Amino acid sequence: MISGWELVIGIEIHAQVKSKSKLFSSSSTEFGSGPNSQVSLVDAAMPGMLPVINKFCVEQAVRSGIGLNAQINKKSIFDRKNYFYQDLPQGYQISQFKDPIVGNGFIEIETDGQSKKVGIERLHLEQDAGKSLHDQDPNLTFVDLNRSGIALMEIVSMPDMKSPEEAVEYVKKVRSILRYLDTCDGNMEQGSLRADVNVSVNKPGDDLGTRCEIKNLNSFKYIHSAIIYEAKRQIKLIESGENIIQETRLYNIDSGETRSMRSKEDAHDYRYFPDPDLLPLILEDNWIKKIRSSIPELPDQKKERFIREYSLSEYDSSVIVSDKSTSDYYEKVVKDRNPKLVTTWVTSELFSVLNKKNLSIDESPISPNHLGELIDNIDSGKISSRQAKEIFEEMCETGESANNIINEKGLSQISDEGELEKLVDNVISSNPENVEKYKNGKDKLFGFFVGEAMKLSKGKANPKVLNELLKSKLNT
Amino acid sequence: MKRNLNFIDAGSLLETNETTSVDLTKIYLEKIKEADELNCFNTVSAEQALDEAEKSDLRRQQGKLKSRFDGIPIGVKDLFCTKNIKTTASSRILSNFTPSYESTVTQNCIDAGLVSLGKLNCDEFAMGSTNKTSYYGPVTNPWKSNKSDAKLVPGGSSGGSAAAVAADLCVASLGTDTGGSIRQPASFTGTVGLKPTYGRVSRWGTIAFASSLDQAGPITKTVEDAAALFEIIAGHDPKDSTSSTKEKENFLDNLNSSVKGMKIGIPSEFKSDDLPLSTQKAWDDCKKLLQSNGAELIDMSLPHTMDALPTYYIIAPAEASSNLARYDGVKYGIREEGKNLIEMYEKTRSVGFGDEVKRRILIGTYVLSSGYYDAYYIKAQKIRSLIKSDFNQAFEKVDAILTPSTPSTAFEIENEPTDPVQTYLNDIFTVPINLAGIPAISIPFANDENDLPIGLQLITNSFEEQKLLNIAKNVQDTVNYESVPKNWWQK
Repeated sequence: MISGWELVIGIEIHAQVKSKSKLFSSSSTEFGSGPNSQVSLVDAAMPGMLPVINKFCVEQAVRSGIGLNAQINKKSIFDRKNYFYQDLPQGYQISQFKDPIVGNGFIEIETDGQSKKVGIERLHLEQDAGKSLHDQDPNLTFVDLNRSGIALMEIVSMPDMKSPEEAVEYVKKVRSILRYLDTCDGNMEQGSLRADVNVSVNKPGDDLGTRCEIKNLNSFKYIHSAIIYEAKRQIKLIESGENIIQETRLYNIDSGETRSMRSKEDAHDYRYFPDPDLLPLILEDNWIKKIRSSIPELPDQKKERFIREYSLSEYDSSVIVSDKSTSDYYEKVVKDRNPKLVTTWVTSELFSVLNKKNLSIDESPISPNHLGELIDNIDSGKISSRQAKEIFEEMCETGESANNIINEKGLSQISDEGELEKLVDNVISSNPENVEKYKNGKDKLFGFFVGEAMKLSKGKANPKVLNELLKSKLNT
Repeated sequence: MKRNLNFIDAGSLLETNETTSVDLTKIYLEKIKEADELNCFNTVSAEQALDEAEKSDLRRQQGKLKSRFDGIPIGVKDLFCTKNIKTTASSRILSNFTPSYESTVTQNCIDAGLVSLGKLNCDEFAMGSTNKTSYYGPVTNPWKSNKSDAKLVPGGSSGGSAAAVAADLCVASLGTDTGGSIRQPASFTGTVGLKPTYGRVSRWGTIAFASSLDQAGPITKTVEDAAALFEIIAGHDPKDSTSSTKEKENFLDNLNSSVKGMKIGIPSEFKSDDLPLSTQKAWDDCKKLLQSNGAELIDMSLPHTMDALPTYYIIAPAEASSNLARYDGVKYGIREEGKNLIEMYEKTRSVGFGDEVKRRILIGTYVLSSGYYDAYYIKAQKIRSLIKSDFNQAFEKVDAILTPSTPSTAFEIENEPTDPVQTYLNDIFTVPINLAGIPAISIPFANDENDLPIGLQLITNSFEEQKLLNIAKNVQDTVNYESVPKNWWQK
């Protein structure tokens, strides 16, 4: 990135477990409910309350571990991470410190067509804290405990990434895998997935530099620009003879800069110790096996299959499988249809509409069924591709099905030779001068006849059939 | 002197309609009123008690009893959360706290039809063995020395629970035991105190002191009462992850007092020249008694006994320092305003907690700190497992172990040593049992030369409460200890 320097990046991802209830209580985890409306006695840390593990969250963590090609630890331990804060009702967070539920694993990422392994150090389960609201009153802080106790998976990578692009690809890939597994919805805007990024720089051949951690990045764009800013900042410091101080930094999305939050010396002493309210978490072999056998096809496998079954290019396949919803959408459309046509329509027309409107595939104004219908009409020659584009646009606006629009507007193509012959005869008989000129060698006038015939058909004539008819009539 | 009304007899009187729950409740409420000087209760819930008693009597008339003990009035340590009744843990920080929920233990009592008279005084957050750390002032032991008029401590932390039973201010009571907090006050007050196996009784809704050691249990007038009340409160609770899934047994119906052929271990480490002669004599007499009733005495060793106390005073404060972090002035309890969050925390916790609680939070925070964690907490955990394995090995050779409950009888409130470590020594015979998670019972055996009760402790292996209660009943029925304190407190 910056010549003469190497970058070393490690990432901690905090992914909210997709689960109806919290890690240690039965409160709902639904996003966007009224403040403190999803708080049980346990979440509020009332005296005498005790945590009871939510088995489904454990299952989700195991599933995620399997998806990350990682070792599943049959015994793991919940620890208390002690610190005081207004939105941490217990005065400690229940987390896993020494003995996480998932150990070493790896994933494959791809940048510039090059694929690379990134190591996973661990995945552990922990509780989220509540939310402090500082903007409700000039003097008071309000606390919303809806998030308090929600299950998070912290996924720690090895320091294997060397560029901001690799870092982004890594987070994208982990997110994609979790979404395929349905263990995290990956919604970064709502905070369901966020990353802490560790960055250090060094000269090639030198020892690793001192790292700084940039906390709470919740978009790919921020991850990318925060790493660039931070690497440049560190290089500038070193080049001016200063030392990097190991510290935690925050990224300012408005200025694009990072600033110090706290240094290592100010770091909390969390006084971790095993939570005596919870027994060690013991997983049965059979249970793990059962989960393993229920793991769906993951992006890497799906990519290969799409290339094989639908003759997709490497690139198109990567793009389509990178998001589970997109690949699901694609598969629904491509089933029993011409893959080439489907790929073009999905990757160019549909994607450009989604991009323009800033919509996810799940919010697509056109359902897979409707798009399939449209493609069927193209494939059967009922409509021309020009008409198809018009219909597509209309579908985007109205959400109507292709068939409805075609019927309503009478857009279907006229391919019937008898009907078209009448049109052609009509055009020839009403333009005798031009017929004469054409026959005398002015070939260019052919387009004029096509245009006239089209006009008469209100654009519905099948161009191929029309051309053939015109040619045979004019050339006799 | 005639024994005070016990739990089993109260059940019979109600059954034969010789009394009603309302009558019993009224009598006890009156007794409580007259015993102000003992300071046993933090809260007397007279109205609710009479209400519940009336309902019980109605159930009896309609033949819809919840249990054969329906209608018996009891006292509840102020550490159990009770719905709509103030629950303070005898701490200023919770002095305004009224739970919206009922602890599993007290709910089990409600489900058996028992009537709660109110919340019993205890050491603040159950930390203490004299009941002097309570924000509501010390409890006075109903017993007095025959040589002095000085007020004596009832022991702690369940001091109110033990004193109330000894003074007959309730038929029986509930306590909790983290390092001896049921057995030591039972020993000081001539009552029976049972600490069940860890996991037998749910901790849900009981204010936590040290989660891996805390266990609720009954304080009663007889061994039969202990069996009955234990049976009511025990059982699996899915809301407590450390609760045992073992089936509940019929401890009372299965009670028998035979010790024939049983092996009773006498651990050499509990012998000491510092032991008062009268306590030593009681211990010796009990050995002989068991022997003549057909048991065999086995000299044995629990090598890590002397390491138990320092181990306990690392693990218990460590857990407490974390368990008490939730009392921060943010959500409930008292709050002292400050300029900012940190100052609010400091002020609230400074005025909210008493000295002993602060001392243990400091110790606990220290032993968990990075750099000290391995040397203290990890080491203590290792010793804890050695202590457990001492007992495991012992129970391969013996059925039960007999020791004194406490190194002394009740002492004067004014004479408590100023060095806290001296006070901690009160628990020297009881803490190993909590560290091992096994059950033990303290039963009154004799009075010393000052006419103060001496308690002896019986210990069995995990989940062998039935055997424990059987041996205790054998001793009880043989010695026939019937002393009760002279009533000097009545206004």
